[in-house]
Amino acid sequence: MGRAPSLATGLLLAACLAASPGHSDELKDLYFGEALYHAYQGHFFEALERLDTEVKQHDDLDEPELDTLFYHINDAEFSLGDFELRYRMHHRAGRAIKAVLEGAVDEAVRNDAAYRLARIHFQKNQMAEAIRALDRIEGKIPESIRDDIEFLRANVYLAQGRASDSIDVLKSLQGSDSFAGFAAYNLGIAYLQDGRKQDALEQLDRAGQIRTNDPAELAIRDKSNLVLGTALLESGEYEKAIPFLNRVRLNGPFSNQALLSSGWANMSIENTERAVVPWSILAEREVTDRATQEAMLALPYAYGQLNIHGRAAIQYGRALDSFTAEIDKLNASIDSIREGNFLQALIREEIRQDKDWVIRLRALPEAPETYYLMDLLASHSFQTGLQNYLDLADLHRKLLAWQNSFDSFDEMVDIRGTHYEPLLPEVDTEFRQLDSRIRLRIEQHKMLVKRRDDLLTTPRPEFLATREEQAILARLEHIEAQLQGMDAAVSSSILRRVKRLKGTLTWTLETEYHERLTRFDENLRGLDAAMAVAQQQYDQYVRARQSATHSYVGYEKPIKQLRAKVANATRKVELLMARQGHLLEVVAVDELIARRGRLAKYGDKARFALADSYDRATQAQARMEASK
Amino acid sequence: MSVLSQTSLLMLLVCGISVASSAQDISAGEMRSLDGQVQEIKSDVLNIASELSNLEERLLYPSNTQIAVFVSIAEDEDFRLDAVKIEINGEMATHHIYSFQELEALRKGGVQRAYTGNIVTGEHELRVTMIGKLANGKDFSETDSFSFSKGVKPATLGIVLAGPGLGKSEIQVGDW
Repeated sequence: MGRAPSLATGLLLAACLAASPGHSDELKDLYFGEALYHAYQGHFFEALERLDTEVKQHDDLDEPELDTLFYHINDAEFSLGDFELRYRMHHRAGRAIKAVLEGAVDEAVRNDAAYRLARIHFQKNQMAEAIRALDRIEGKIPESIRDDIEFLRANVYLAQGRASDSIDVLKSLQGSDSFAGFAAYNLGIAYLQDGRKQDALEQLDRAGQIRTNDPAELAIRDKSNLVLGTALLESGEYEKAIPFLNRVRLNGPFSNQALLSSGWANMSIENTERAVVPWSILAEREVTDRATQEAMLALPYAYGQLNIHGRAAIQYGRALDSFTAEIDKLNASIDSIREGNFLQALIREEIRQDKDWVIRLRALPEAPETYYLMDLLASHSFQTGLQNYLDLADLHRKLLAWQNSFDSFDEMVDIRGTHYEPLLPEVDTEFRQLDSRIRLRIEQHKMLVKRRDDLLTTPRPEFLATREEQAILARLEHIEAQLQGMDAAVSSSILRRVKRLKGTLTWTLETEYHERLTRFDENLRGLDAAMAVAQQQYDQYVRARQSATHSYVGYEKPIKQLRAKVANATRKVELLMARQGHLLEVVAVDELIARRGRLAKYGDKARFALADSYDRATQAQARMEASK
Repeated sequence: MSVLSQTSLLMLLVCGISVASSAQDISAGEMRSLDGQVQEIKSDVLNIASELSNLEERLLYPSNTQIAVFVSIAEDEDFRLDAVKIEINGEMATHHIYSFQELEALRKGGVQRAYTGNIVTGEHELRVTMIGKLANGKDFSETDSFSFSKGVKPATLGIVLAGPGLGKSEIQVGDW
């Protein structure tokens, strides 16, 4: 039964579950396969629970080499670290991966572990530790993670401010299949960080022209063009900035910012009519976006510069209405969050079934606050907090279900006890009788075996005499004894006859000895089989008897202890949920308040500008009429 | 695209043009502190889950009667498995309909624990039916029966499923 999950060094580690691992080795442990089945579905709690139990059981074995997990133990321990990492248990994951690093594992596996450890440190912003872990990588490196290691190294150097080191690494990644776009962009950023502006601009220009269909790489291409355009804009090279800003796709994630900057670049070179174009597009977009809000003010400003004050006034009025409506929505959202709706929306199961559940949240009519989640979600700490809250909610559901199951366990144990208790005394009496009988038979069997073994070394034909022959022999010996002391004349003829009869009998016993011994051995072997069946039945009986007891005895204490542990954990989870939830609410409310404040300022600007535009429009009209 | 590159992208996006709000900065420390506590409680609950599994196994599936049936898909198979029905001694043990995620997990080499139950020691019959769709869109259904012996130890059966028409048995069962 050949089966093969990916047990090569990469396993599902570097594969991130996004890429299917290859079927490289035959799976010998179904329970390991079961853990992988859960992990591949993103159910890391279940995967960890299964694999952790399996690995612990394996470690407790006296002869682990006889266990099926023995063939996969390195991968299993490695996977434990991986699952823990994915379940956002960095503390344990780090320990598990360090254990692999220090264990007697294949070089490729160790290097993979070192890479993963470095990644954990990188995510935790521990750059020195990340570099130390990367420095442990030497010798054979799995092909699948070679570029990942170098890309991580470059990012760590960048985070440490070692731009020059990062540049060297990123240059080597320019031809990488998986990192080409990212490496090109990061190289541009590294040049910027290193103060090599011209190199940075040229590199970002190259990164902004890569050919790709991959959505992530298209996004990074847009990002390169935006950064390049923004850098030129900030250095006053407005005209140069425009083509790069125009390269940004209109439907990409950076298009709003690019449209806004493009407008300002055109305004800066007094090309006001060209500025109106991107701002007009942007002003029609989602009003919650900061760039859109700015464009709603910038567009009428441009119209004002073009002396189209009437249209400017209309646009200012529109912006003012939008900002007012948006402030109302923000107020409603703040109230909604404070009423707890935000957290309730987050943990709705039907929403989370969808992989794009965060995006779907925006469509929930009863949770308006989720419109503004997107910016918040870009923050790592908010993401961590949000994921932790969701994980806690899952744990809470599990703990409540377990707590309910204890009552069922208690009832089950009671029912079994009530059933077995009255039956067992009678069963035990019968068992004792059976036990004594079987013991007697065992002793008898042992005796016969011993006799057979003795006969093999010391032949004793008389031992194999039949019952009749034994009786005849005894009778003859009795007659012999009686003849002792009798007159020889009388006894001699009888004695001769007795000796002849004994001789005949001895002849028979001696000549038939081997045949009889063979038959004895055959019969004994038949008895062995019968004894084995009897022993098996006896063992079954003993096991059945033990199972009856084990089905209801000895559960009270563990159930009680587990019930207490679950209750305790539930309290802790509820406390943590409350704290984590409150923190998320505070962060979300603060974010919304900040947005409201900004919108209020925009509103004030719009109001003044609206009045000014009306005045100018009115004056212009008066001048026109006067000239007529 | 690996997670690292996506994470890096996210990081770079965040560090780039978009400006993080001050509220987020203020709360980052608290978030980190809570993160440590959440990791601890996860560890505690995992330990509880492990203890609970052991208790459930002892209570519900004692080793002398325990039978567990696992399902996996043979290597390099491209058929779509829709459902599996498992009967033991003519009685329905389980009938599972696969979600997309579950099917993908099987294809990647995961092994599904399809059934855990109790049977007496001795000879038994296992009947497996699989329903699915071939790569060419054709529906198929295969059924096969197997006999197995249940001893004193827990019985562990592994079912390996393959698409029809490859000159080998579509359903294979092994004793583990």
